This record gives sequence, C-alpha cells and structure tokens, in this order.
Amino acid sequence: MSSDQDHLKETDTEARFEFKKEQKAAFAAEKGLNEETIRVISEDKDEPEWMLERRLRALKQFQKMPMPTDWPGQPDLSEVDVDEIVPYIRPDVEVRGGVDDWRDLPDDIKDTFDKLGIPEAEKNALSGVGAQYESEVVYQNMQERWEEKGVVFMNMDQAVQEHEDIVKEYFMTKCVPPSDNKFAALHGAIWSGGSFVYVPEDTTVDMPVQAYFRMNSEGMGQFEHTLIVAEKGSEVHYIEGCSAPKYSAFNLHSGGVEVFVGEDAHVQYSTVQNWSKNTYNLNTKRAIVEKNGRMEWISGSMGSKATMLYPASILKGRGASDNHITIAFAGEGQNIDTGAKVYHNAPETKSTIESKSISKDGGRTNYRGLVHIANGAKNSSTSVECDALMFDNESTSDTMPYMEINESTVDVAHEATVGKIGDEDVFYLQSRGLDDDDAKQMIVSGFIEPITEELPIEYAVELNRLVELEMEGSLG
Amino acid sequence: MATLEIKNLHARVAEDDGEQILRGVDLEVKSGEIHALMGPNGSGKSTTSKIIAGHPAYEVTEGEILLHLEDDDFGDLDIPDDVRTWNLLELEPNERAALGIFLGFQYPAEIEGVTMTNFLRTALNAKIDEREELLFGEDEEAEEEEAGYDTSPMEGNVDDGEVGVAEFQKLLKEKMELLDMDEKFMQRYLNAGFSGGEKKQNEVLQAAILEPSIAVLDEIDSGLDIDRLQDVSKGINALRDEQGTGILQITHYQRILEYVEPDHVHIMLDGKVVKSGDASLASDLEDKGYDWVREEVYEAA
Repeated sequence: MSSDQDHLKETDTEARFEFKKEQKAAFAAEKGLNEETIRVISEDKDEPEWMLERRLRALKQFQKMPMPTDWPGQPDLSEVDVDEIVPYIRPDVEVRGGVDDWRDLPDDIKDTFDKLGIPEAEKNALSGVGAQYESEVVYQNMQERWEEKGVVFMNMDQAVQEHEDIVKEYFMTKCVPPSDNKFAALHGAIWSGGSFVYVPEDTTVDMPVQAYFRMNSEGMGQFEHTLIVAEKGSEVHYIEGCSAPKYSAFNLHSGGVEVFVGEDAHVQYSTVQNWSKNTYNLNTKRAIVEKNGRMEWISGSMGSKATMLYPASILKGRGASDNHITIAFAGEGQNIDTGAKVYHNAPETKSTIESKSISKDGGRTNYRGLVHIANGAKNSSTSVECDALMFDNESTSDTMPYMEINESTVDVAHEATVGKIGDEDVFYLQSRGLDDDDAKQMIVSGFIEPITEELPIEYAVELNRLVELEMEGSLG
Repeated sequence: MATLEIKNLHARVAEDDGEQILRGVDLEVKSGEIHALMGPNGSGKSTTSKIIAGHPAYEVTEGEILLHLEDDDFGDLDIPDDVRTWNLLELEPNERAALGIFLGFQYPAEIEGVTMTNFLRTALNAKIDEREELLFGEDEEAEEEEAGYDTSPMEGNVDDGEVGVAEFQKLLKEKMELLDMDEKFMQRYLNAGFSGGEKKQNEVLQAAILEPSIAVLDEIDSGLDIDRLQDVSKGINALRDEQGTGILQITHYQRILEYVEPDHVHIMLDGKVVKSGDASLASDLEDKGYDWVREEVYEAA
C-alpha cells in the first residue's frame, strides 16, 4: 500500500485518469442479456415486483427494436455487441447503498477517487457527492440542512426502496419510456445505480449536488439512472462527472436521465464526461418542463470511441424555457455525435442552443439538433448557434440542425460557423512567448470558456485539464 | 543592451512561386534607440517586421538576422559568453520573444474567451521559462515532471519562479497607470471587441509587461485619432526611457514622429532600405513625398 501511495504522488495528471484498480467483484452477472440475467439483477437488488416487470418489458422492447443504422453520418455501432457485455458488477465491499463518511470507504476505492480529485471537491464543502464505482453507488453525502427541508439525494437503487411511490410514478413512465430508442430500452432492462434527487416545493438548494461515476472493469456496461424531480418553485443544480480508464475490449455506457421541472422551478444539469477511447457512450437524457419552468443543460463530452447524445427538453407549459450549452472534443478515431432536442409544445416558450465542437487528428464531430415548434406554440422563440473548430484538414465537423416549425408567430434563428484554428491567431500568441502547443491550447480554452464559466471551479479546472491532455494526445 | 542586426535579407512568400518581397534589407537597431522605417505601401516594411518575429508565411532566401545580447540585458542574469549572439532565423517565434524581440501588430488577433490578465500572465511566465531554457539549457519539462502534480486540481503543479497572481496584478496595475489605461480592460477578452485605438494601446501595454530589448511596432499609428496617438506615443517613449527598449517604428506618415522622435530614419523602396538619415529625413518626406527618393535612387543606379 505504501509503495502505491508513493507512486500516487509522483504520477501526473494523465495517470490520474488512466490507472485502473485490480478490483475483485463480489457479484458479476453473466455476460450477455436475457431474462435470467434481468431476474438475477433485480433479485440481487431486492427490488419490488413492479420494477422487475418494467425491466422485463424493457428487455422485450430492446429485443424487438433494430439498431439505428440509417441516420446520415451516424457513428458506426457495428462493434456494439450486447452479448459481450457484463451488464452488472457489484464491487466486493460492504458498502451497498452507500456510506456517508468518506473515511469508511475501503482504501482501494478511496485511492481511485483520490486520483480523480473527488475528495478535494468534497473537502471544498460542496453540498453532496454521490460516487458510483462500477454499478453501485459507494459514497453519498448530503448536508443535513437540506435533508431537514425534505430534499432527497440518494442512490437510485436505494430510492426504489425508500421512495417507492415517487420512483414508481416517474421512473421511465412519462419522460424516457423504454420504447423511445433501442438504448433507452436496454437501459430500462439493466439499469443499476445512479442518482435520485427530489426537491420539494419552493425549496432552493443553493449548492450544486454532485455525483461521480466511474467504470473500472473491462468489457462492462454502465447503466446508471438519474431521476430528478424538482417541484413547483424549487431550484437545484445537479452535476455529474464520468470517466473510465482504457481497456482493450469495448465498454458500453448507456445512461438514462429524467428531469421533471415543475412550475416556476429551475434545474441546471451539468456534466463533464471523459470516457476511455473504447467506450460507446449512448445515452438518453430528457426533461419535461412545466409552466414558466427553466431547464439548463450544460455538457462537456470528451473521450469515448463514439458518442450519441442529444439531451432533450419538452417545453410543456406556457412560458417554459430551455438553455443548452454543449461542447464536444473528438481526436483520432473518435466520432462524437451530439446535439440537442427541444420540443416547444406550449405558447411563449423559449430555447437557446449553443454548441461548440473541436476536432483534431482526423476526429469527427457532428452537431445533430432538432427544434420542433408545435402548432399553437405562439410567440415562441428559439436560437441555435453552432461553432466548430478544427485543427487540421483531416478532421471533420458536420452540422445537422433540423427545424420543424408548425406555427407562424415564432422567432427562429440559426447560425453556424466552422473554422480552422487560425494561423495568424497562433502566431500572435507565439510572438508573445507561448509555444505552438500552448498557443493552440489557449485558443481552445477560450473557445470552450462559455461552458467552463457555468461550472463550479473544480469542474472547470478539470475540464480545462482534460482538454489540455486531449491536445497533447496523451489521454488514453 | 542588445543589438538587432539584419544583413542582406532576402525573402519571399513561402508557397510555390511565392513573390519575392525583400531584396537585400540591411538594418541595425540597438536597445535605447528609436528608428523609424518608412516607405510606400508594398515596399516590404510589414514583411520585414513579420520575418523578424518568425512568421511562417515567409521564406528567407538569403541573408541573416542576428541578435547580440549584452550581459545586462535581463537584469540579474549573467548571460553565458557562448550564447551572446543568436541567429533568429533558427529560432521559433516564442524563442525569439523569450530573447527579447517583440512585434506590435497592425491588426492584432482577437482571442475570445481568454482574459487579458490570464493571457499576459501566461505569456510572461512562458517567456521567463523559455529564456532560462535557452540561456542555461535547463529543461523545464523535466523539472515539472519531477515536481509532479499535487493530487488536488486546485493546487496545480508545483513550479517555483513563476510570477504569481498577486505579484502580477501589482505589475499590471503599475503598467496600466503608466499608459492611462482603464482597469476594466483586464477582465475583457484579448482584443475582442476592442476599438482600433484600444488594440494599439494594448500592444504597447504588452510590450511594457514583457519588457523586450527590441520592439518592432508595425504601423501602430494607423487609424488613431490625435488623442489616442498621443497616448500611444507616450507609451512608446516610456518603453525606451524606462526599460531601455530599442524601437523600430514602422510608419507611413511623419505624424507619429512628432511625438516619438526618431534617432534614425530609414526609407524602404521595393524591398530594400535605400536611404537612411536623421529625423530631418522624415520631414523631407512629408514635404516632398517618396518620388524624389525614388528618382534619387534610380538615377544613382
């Protein structure tokens, strides 16, 4: 252990993300997916019958639905073979359901998170951190003063037990049904862990609620579910960070996020993801926004072999609004297909989408967006802005902003820019003493600044450092 | 004291069949001196300035650019004898900057998302690091690796000798007061949305922070009203008077030279310096234009 500690001090940032632990699993479901696997997972979690039934229905959906293959320019998913995935691993530690004191965690798990800087975030007095290791949440903390107000932040598995009525009402029923897409169905069948956040009426949680997910074993899937219910007039900022070290077999991450923004409520959902370059990152994230509610999606997508992710907001009530800020970074062999979807289903709804992408060394980024304005959504407005920055002539970036406008009294704006990193800009910075790499890095960190300024400082620093590593090409 | 020596410089645009622009430029600028480089459009003034700084768009076909360093150039540093003279053409732009070359741009880049404070402190530290590496061969990266990162992302990597945030703020405040610049500038993004005058002032501010031995200022007077011209001129004089910077002032017009009085004036025509003299040469140009120089040169030839 002590030599391990010494090693830890000397490692640089790269190693912080790359290293992997020899972790003995207490229980791993068999590879592949069938009814038996689902029953085993559900039983292991001691779930109520209705949840098992939902899982089994989702499994049937999954088996019925075809893989998406015909989207223009979509990432190649032919390598995604669900039969090769271990859908569920429970770490071999007595921490099921989470411990609430960091010191109670086993050393090897603490080490993992230590390297990722998570305890620091915690030490800096943030309101709460839930950390998921493999399929289970192992650490969860929420300040008492929020608990007293009735705010709930806990592991999703635990929420099924302790807040069964809320979960039963909202879990994959109204927001992301398993029938939505093949990977939502997969998620519905084998989901495990994740976060449950409940904010009662007129309650403002003025510190971010944070969760961290990590996928540590080779060839596994991670299918955490996040359910956020913000009642009328409440406010909460939820942040998740994700990472996975590099392994030779492919990994699959297929998370599900459901957000319910009540009347006059405000939810900000921020995520910084850094998956290993063999991960397929196929998620479904959606919010339903009631009258005058406000939803904000902030996301930084780094890493992964392929990402398909389009956070969506359904603006259901009059005056509801949505704000999307996304950033994608694709290096060699990566295809980051991301964007946003907004459905304006009521009058006076408003959305803004700001998407930024960076590609280098032959990487490919797509912006795929959909703005739908329903007939009757009078006086609604939307503004979409996509900026792509490319390092070289081998990299590509496509913008596919679909707009379906079925109402005439609306305000629609779309703007897209694509640019190569300017030689004159680089030269200007070089003439001031920055070397070529640092100059480019400074331009990129300026480019993503709209995202970093929205994040708490720890995440902003982390995001900048991830970009730095990507630019050096040293991140696995 | 440092001396920039340009000898018989020939250069062309760095692409297939690129146009030959410089045809034998000779110039020598010492720290503490002010030189004006004048000439009509297309005579090669800007190209000369960019080549001094190492712009990749040009290819030098003949001649050299040397920088001679004196021992007192960098204050407390004792510069080893064997590295007193540098061939700039062999160095990267940032290495030239580290050795004390500064280029003030006519059209500086606008970099969104990067605050002035962040940019200037990063540039200053990069310059100090690079200078030590060039002069003393210290490998900064190896040092960093040894020091490693603290586990906290907040604390960052261990690095002594950096100009810290507080120290830098103080330096910046001093320099901005010197140039009558508003402190609000510092939280703005580098040149983004700056007026023409603000950009020029910003170029001078950067020179004041980076303290070069030789500053080449490319048409820093263009597009300025009279008040702003006086502000910028005051800044340029301060560079010379307070830091001993040598100035190569590129300009079309005599106007700025009323405020920044040159010790030497050079006239460029068709890629060559064809005539040099004292400040009175600039007044002659004002009166008679460039034609008489052209006539004089080509009659002699």
